[in-house]
Amino acid sequence: MAMSFQQTGDGEWRLDVTGYSCPHPQMYTKKALQKLESGNVLTLVFDNPSSGESIVAMCESEGNDVFERDDEGGNFVWKIRKT
Amino acid sequence: MEIMTVNAKAATMGNASWMGQHRHKLYSAAILLAVAVGSLWALSIDTRFLYLLVYVWFGVAYGILLQYGRFCMAAAVRDLFAVKVPRMAVGMMIAVALYALIAALVTLSGYSTFHAHSLGWHVLIGGLVFGFGFVFTGGCASGSLYKAGEGNLNSALVIFSISFSQALVVTGGGWLDGLTPAAWAESAAAKDMPESLTVTQGWFDLFTAGYIWDLKGQTLAESMGVAESVAATLFVNTFLNAILPVLAILVALYIFYYRKGYLRKSGKTNLAFSDELTGMWSMCISSKNTAIAGAGLGVLAGLHMWVTGVLREYYDIFNFGELLTAMGYTQGLSIQDTVFDPGYWYITTQEAQWGGWVLDKLGFSMMDSIFFGLDNGLPNPLLNAPGFMSIGIILGAAMLALARREFKWKLPTLETAAFAIAGGIFMGIGARLAMGCNIGAFFATVTNGDPSGWIFLLGMVGGGYVGVKVFTRWMDWKMSREGGCGL
Repeated sequence: MAMSFQQTGDGEWRLDVTGYSCPHPQMYTKKALQKLESGNVLTLVFDNPSSGESIVAMCESEGNDVFERDDEGGNFVWKIRKT
Repeated sequence: MEIMTVNAKAATMGNASWMGQHRHKLYSAAILLAVAVGSLWALSIDTRFLYLLVYVWFGVAYGILLQYGRFCMAAAVRDLFAVKVPRMAVGMMIAVALYALIAALVTLSGYSTFHAHSLGWHVLIGGLVFGFGFVFTGGCASGSLYKAGEGNLNSALVIFSISFSQALVVTGGGWLDGLTPAAWAESAAAKDMPESLTVTQGWFDLFTAGYIWDLKGQTLAESMGVAESVAATLFVNTFLNAILPVLAILVALYIFYYRKGYLRKSGKTNLAFSDELTGMWSMCISSKNTAIAGAGLGVLAGLHMWVTGVLREYYDIFNFGELLTAMGYTQGLSIQDTVFDPGYWYITTQEAQWGGWVLDKLGFSMMDSIFFGLDNGLPNPLLNAPGFMSIGIILGAAMLALARREFKWKLPTLETAAFAIAGGIFMGIGARLAMGCNIGAFFATVTNGDPSGWIFLLGMVGGGYVGVKVFTRWMDWKMSREGGCGL
């Protein structure tokens, strides 16, 4: 298990923090979103349910849009568009 | 025949997919059934085990609500500083307000089991150490239990670490004794305690007998000299000690962590007072799950105290130890024939007993300490009522996590295991210094009129702040070493 952050396309990024518990996922997500430019999309992969609540709140507070969520089987794959 | 085969195959696949889809719910139901059967078995042995089963089922209910709301008091502090999210701090305040209201009714009904904690510097320092530790473990004491129920073995490691570190802290001696002030030894010696406790040996015994016992534990009404009355309970202990600080903290959270985002969302540049109130409400319900869990936990925690109080009156006891003695279980009782039995939501002391019980069985001397020998005893884990509350939390959380298909075994790595153990040690030390964790030293105190919990929270916030700073530096250092991660 290791965190990975990489560009997957034009304006598209992927952050995988599978296996990590609080507070790693939300802190890595915050750092990743800070790196993105406005309009860029981050695909976030994680498996710590409680981090999800904090990430939603963080995105709402900063105006970033969680526009796609796949929450099946304890694995979370979310797409977040940076405003 | 071919169509039939296809149909049969489809039916088989249908069955398989039904099993696949409902497997988690079946596991969840199996846990519920196991707890129910276990409860009936205990009652068939002796109906007085009802007292212990109250802890079990309240634990299960706490676990369900904790998992439902992703309710972890570590996040209340940590996420404020780490990602500027007030979600959990708001949920915690909702829980405090509701618990305080129910606790007031329980107190007025005469069934309160609460005793105010001693107030001194140890509460602040314990909070600091505890708050520092929980940044690294990823959860508070209760949070680690519910996350263990989600299959997170890091959290199980945290519980293990909290258990043994506490057991070692309260029985430690040797060179540590030399670090304590001579006045503690003099004061401890003057307490005229039984020789078997050796209260002048062991730093925690000196701390307890020579320092803690000389302090006063009072509710706010008592410390203000207000006579016991309905007004003292409702106005001083509930409103002044709990509701007013909760409102002040909610206003501060709104101003510093939520208002800016609310302004942007509402598209306004200036807010009228009514808009500000709407904004505050919006903050309180921004995470519905957390708010509902907070409200539910607040009500349940109050009810728990009431049910235990009623049962104590019914059995005419002050402590579960009396019931255990009457049932013929005398092993592991303290020299007062008592065991740890708070009568309300509490976490860390029973975990210390788990660690202590194992060490005792391994031959270490545990019962010559005040913590185990005089106060809490070392009952067999199968007879440890609050211990079953902790197990209930794990099982309740597992039930809901399975039903929601969120259960997942998560193995520790070297990094997360090191954090879990080290953070758990800090939490264990902090919890014993402060005589409780975020539940026992904060949640249960401030809601019952005891202001010491706010001092613990202050320490926890300070420790959490420093912990986040250290954790962030660790993350930055790690990422710089890994180079190519790009963050």
